Amino acid sequence: MSAEKEPLFSGKNIKLLTEPLNDSNPITVQVLGICSALAVTVKLKPAFVMALSVVIVMAVSNVVISLLRKTIPSRIRIIVQLVVIASMVILVDQVLKAFLFDISKQLSVFVGLIITNCIIMGRLEAFALSNKPWQSLLDGIGNATGYGVILVIVAFFRELLGSGTVWGYQVIPKSFYDFGYENNGLMILPPMALIVVGAIIWIQRAKNKKLVESN
Amino acid sequence: MKSLRRYLDKIKPHFEKGGKFEKLHSTFDAFETFMFVPDKVTSKGAHIRDSIDMKRTMAIVVFALLPTVIFGMWNVGFHHFKATGQEGTMFELFWLGFLRVFPIIIVSYLVGLGIEFAFAQYRGHEVNEGFLVSGMLIPLVLPVDVPLWMVALATAFAVVIGKEVFGGTGMNILNPALTARAFLFFAYPSYMSGNEVWTHGMMSGEGIIDSYTGATPLADAAAGNISNLPSVSDMFLGIIPGSIGETSTLAILIGAAILLFTGIGSARIMISTVVGGLVMGLIFNLFAVNPFMEIPAWEHLLLGGFAFGAVFMATDPVSAAQTAKGKIIYGFLIGFFAILIRVINPAYPEGMMLAILLMNVFAPLIDHYVIEGNIKKRLKRAKV
Repeated sequence: MSAEKEPLFSGKNIKLLTEPLNDSNPITVQVLGICSALAVTVKLKPAFVMALSVVIVMAVSNVVISLLRKTIPSRIRIIVQLVVIASMVILVDQVLKAFLFDISKQLSVFVGLIITNCIIMGRLEAFALSNKPWQSLLDGIGNATGYGVILVIVAFFRELLGSGTVWGYQVIPKSFYDFGYENNGLMILPPMALIVVGAIIWIQRAKNKKLVESN
Repeated sequence: MKSLRRYLDKIKPHFEKGGKFEKLHSTFDAFETFMFVPDKVTSKGAHIRDSIDMKRTMAIVVFALLPTVIFGMWNVGFHHFKATGQEGTMFELFWLGFLRVFPIIIVSYLVGLGIEFAFAQYRGHEVNEGFLVSGMLIPLVLPVDVPLWMVALATAFAVVIGKEVFGGTGMNILNPALTARAFLFFAYPSYMSGNEVWTHGMMSGEGIIDSYTGATPLADAAAGNISNLPSVSDMFLGIIPGSIGETSTLAILIGAAILLFTGIGSARIMISTVVGGLVMGLIFNLFAVNPFMEIPAWEHLLLGGFAFGAVFMATDPVSAAQTAKGKIIYGFLIGFFAILIRVINPAYPEGMMLAILLMNVFAPLIDHYVIEGNIKKRLKRAKV
């Protein structure tokens, strides 16, 4: 072990946590994990649970892989990664089924599909395999939160405009409907999730000059 | 006119660089060029400039749309009176339609131009003229009783998501007017389809007589009630329920003649669209497993929005294919798919909108292969 011990929350480590929230956001900048962003964002509650599940799966598997990184033969590393992710996903799935059965039913197959979420595999390959457990934990939490934040934002707008509710509670007052207001059916369809994500990317790039590509 | 020119010249310096209202330059420029042909000349190289700039082009398209607008207004009144069992003079019918349709046109223009101006101002561009036509097309493809706030929302969606995110007029992939219609169709289906929405007053149900169904010929045909179809002359003249501007094939043909005579609409696209529709219609006639497939292929051209789409939507110069051969392929496939969707898919009674939007997306690809093919052909010739 090296003599110079880095403080747990050094500037570099904090950056691992905060960068994925904006500058290298998995969804809006790296455009990964779009499929689940389209599928589970009709309502806020499932989206939030989904985001939380991904945070847990990602943080734990990042740490596990990081601990094993010196013993995994590089030829079978993908299989080892999948085994770790899959066991975590099964655990999360069982917990959801036991305690949040309704939401688990709404999320249906998409919890299982966390296994194939490209963000998780990507971070394991790119980060956990070559970094220490603590940094890997921060990186995992950071990236999964970056993913989750976008999921929650998209779900908030889709639920508000598509169903008139937030977190299952009616927010748009009854009197609006009496005046002829209607819920927007397009918001419930998957294409609108893509358009909302697109709008978020648009706003983010307009604000964050670092992301502007030069031709 | 003279005094207006003098006034504009007088206030112009305020809007130039360094002037008092420098920031409002785009707005001033838009109004000035809208009223007078700009005196701008090219500064480098030799160019020949036609006097027909984009504003003039757009004005001609709006002019070509006028027959459908006027007929549409009359038709709205006609069906309302028919549905309520009243008699009315020609002028009464038209006036009722005017009162219903005009607010939709105003809302569409106000919202659309408002957003266009805001974007041009923000980006420091000139205001694009493209919306002059879209603003007129949007009301014409909507049912008469659509709530105005929905018109405003759809217009805003079409201009921002359909056009401005791609860089404004000339950069859009999809036809903005159809984007607006598609938005409403999927967002508020109960206001955009069914039998009640096409006749004014039918959704609220005030004094509608029992024998009146309000079903469009297309809906009747899709349901297999071929005997309910109105006479061919009625369908050609457009005395049928439907979206405001799409019913009268005659009025649309007048518009088509204006577009073709001035050379603004592409004859290639219009003709190949019609041919594509006929081919698909004939294929269905061959199989004819249900009554809808049995109706003569040419009757499809009179039904629903086919003629309107072929003349005014498919020919949109921005979203259509650009190459001569590409235009023929593009048009043919629009006609082909429109009839295919219309007959096969019960969920979407009118296939024209979806067919055009689909081919809009494919237009750049078609052009790409036409150009590649041409390069290959010429290379071959060069080698021999």
